[in-house]
Amino acid sequence: MLSIRNIVKQYAGHTALSGVSLEIADGQIFGLLGPNGAGKTSLIRIINQITAPDSGEIYFAGEKLNQSHIERIGYMPEERGLYKKMEIGEQIVYLARLKGLSHAEATRRIKYWFEKLQIENWWNKKVEELSKGMQQKAQFIATVLHEPDLIILDEPFSGFDPVNADLIKNEILELNSKGATILFSTHRMESVEELCDSIALINKSKKILDGRIRDIRNSYRSNTYLIEYTGQKIDFTGQQPFTLLDEIATENSYTIRIKLNEGITSNDVLQYLIPQVHINLLQEVIPSVNEIFIQKVNQIS
Amino acid sequence: MNKVFLIIQREYISRVRKKAFLVTVFLVPALVLAMYAVMYLIYKNTSDLNTARTVKVIDETGSFIQKFKDKKDIKFQNIKQPLAAARKDLKQHPDDLILYIPANYGAKDTVQVLSTKKPSMRVNIEIERQMNDIATNNNMIAKGIDTATLRNIQSDISINAKEVTDKGDKDSDITTLYYVGVAGAILIYLSLIIYGGQVMRGVAEEKSNRIIEVIVSSVKPFQLMLGKIIGVALVSLTQFILWIILSIAVSFIANKYFNAPQSPMLGFLSTMKTIPLGQIVGYFLFYFLSGFLLYSALFAAVGSAVDSETETQQFMFPITLPLLFTYLISVTFLAQNPDSSLAFWLSVIPFTAPVAMMVRMPFDPPGWQLAISMSMMVIGFIFTTWIAARIYRVGILMYGKKASFGELVKWFFYKE
Repeated sequence: MLSIRNIVKQYAGHTALSGVSLEIADGQIFGLLGPNGAGKTSLIRIINQITAPDSGEIYFAGEKLNQSHIERIGYMPEERGLYKKMEIGEQIVYLARLKGLSHAEATRRIKYWFEKLQIENWWNKKVEELSKGMQQKAQFIATVLHEPDLIILDEPFSGFDPVNADLIKNEILELNSKGATILFSTHRMESVEELCDSIALINKSKKILDGRIRDIRNSYRSNTYLIEYTGQKIDFTGQQPFTLLDEIATENSYTIRIKLNEGITSNDVLQYLIPQVHINLLQEVIPSVNEIFIQKVNQIS
Repeated sequence: MNKVFLIIQREYISRVRKKAFLVTVFLVPALVLAMYAVMYLIYKNTSDLNTARTVKVIDETGSFIQKFKDKKDIKFQNIKQPLAAARKDLKQHPDDLILYIPANYGAKDTVQVLSTKKPSMRVNIEIERQMNDIATNNNMIAKGIDTATLRNIQSDISINAKEVTDKGDKDSDITTLYYVGVAGAILIYLSLIIYGGQVMRGVAEEKSNRIIEVIVSSVKPFQLMLGKIIGVALVSLTQFILWIILSIAVSFIANKYFNAPQSPMLGFLSTMKTIPLGQIVGYFLFYFLSGFLLYSALFAAVGSAVDSETETQQFMFPITLPLLFTYLISVTFLAQNPDSSLAFWLSVIPFTAPVAMMVRMPFDPPGWQLAISMSMMVIGFIFTTWIAARIYRVGILMYGKKASFGELVKWFFYKE
């Protein structure tokens, strides 16, 4: 869907993007992650053709990015809002027509969405009369009304209340299942972790990691497990098939974090422990994206 | 181009629908109507001037008495009664006046006019004038000067200004020309500030509403800026046209119902027949539109640079300074010296030309100067629009940065 090749963007005094390349496949939910100021918004603005890169190229569905692609992209920026004095229905019609829809078609689709999100009576309400949550729904409708192939959401859940965030999340998943490619950008990495198929980590204008989220996390597996048991406290003497990393005692159970020895599986660990204690939980410890990010940043510096 | 049209449409409709627009559209004709009403009332109140007053003259000198001439509304009547008796009689005739001329009329404040109503200025002036004439005449005869000869050699000069043109001599009424020029300057100055300010507020509003980035993901920033400027220009034209139509309509209605013999508007219009009014309106529209395009582009750049409207002040003043300067000297200097070299230079500099040219327009500036001035306007607005667009495209996406002139210059040099 989107192929980003070697994008460089410099502003007076600082570099926003230095040689960033990304591949976003059709139908993916792609997370663009990184701390504030990493260059995410700069990249997204380039994809939306709001600004142009100093060098590098972007291909949209195999074609070099051009003005005709604007109508196939839906963009909800981080800094978003609506005309306060304008009626909500009229306003979404206007935004949709700027994306190339006809008046009649836009009206028809807005009615569908208003029914879907149960806000049918709002058509003639002015934005300033609406609550923040209602404005967010309207904003989302305006973003997806022209049925874009690529939906770009910059910090989509910032400013949304939890109920709306969940509602919007489900709508996004539904649009994705209908074939739309989604590009998220956020600095709150845990918030989109469970949503994304693939991610790219950006730090200080450079891409430091990208790929399918499962592959990334697998590659950061370290044979570390979490075990909770009840019974007599075990004294690990060094005979056990793993190394003890740490141990926490709670009121009636013990939690240990272990690293497997070479050639040992979790089954071997269970076989070793089951005769001695009652096992409540065994879980592999896979680092979160956040942890991977911190690890990676530390590694580079 | 289709998108620019959509933007123009939104900008236009959202402004024309506002209550403030409707109020201002009807406010001006309402003021014109009020002006007629006031004129009518003044006329009505002063109409008692026209009822004939009889002036009863008690002349103790005998030298004035037969020489008063009756006018349309003042009749002179000789009475032989003593002053006290005439005074009593006055109560029965409220419209009459008594003119008492004592023997020593030359001394200060000895001649008296008595009436039950307050005597009007006109009657007083008329009596004074006639008495002075008579007294002068009497004195001349007394000193042996032949008044008939004197009347012959007295000259009565009044200047009739005529302008020599190719189409023959024509009357030129300097005063009317002056007022038309100054009025044009005031109108164009106010319109540029008011409608330019609307563009600026519109841009600042889009930025502070945070809708700007949503929009520029669909259209180019330049298209948005252009659409807004054209939209506001159409709003202003609509307003001007409605004002003209409604004011003319109101004038006719007022003329019919108030039936004032000299409607100020129609009277003014008739004296303006000497001026090519259609031509002036045409030039007004050109200079308003080109001046508006020039200034509103700069206003849009300012609107894009600030985070809130309060920050606009520091930019507004330097930008409007050339206009203000021209406006201030137009009333005094330019209107009196429409062909001076200062007037020429001010009318070729695009920033001052709209005001300067409107002042000069009634005085028929030379064609070649008009041509230079108008082409400079076109070059000027293309140039400022180009500069403004470069600042605008950066400014609209820049939050939390305190804008200064140095910052704007930096934005101008940003690559796209």
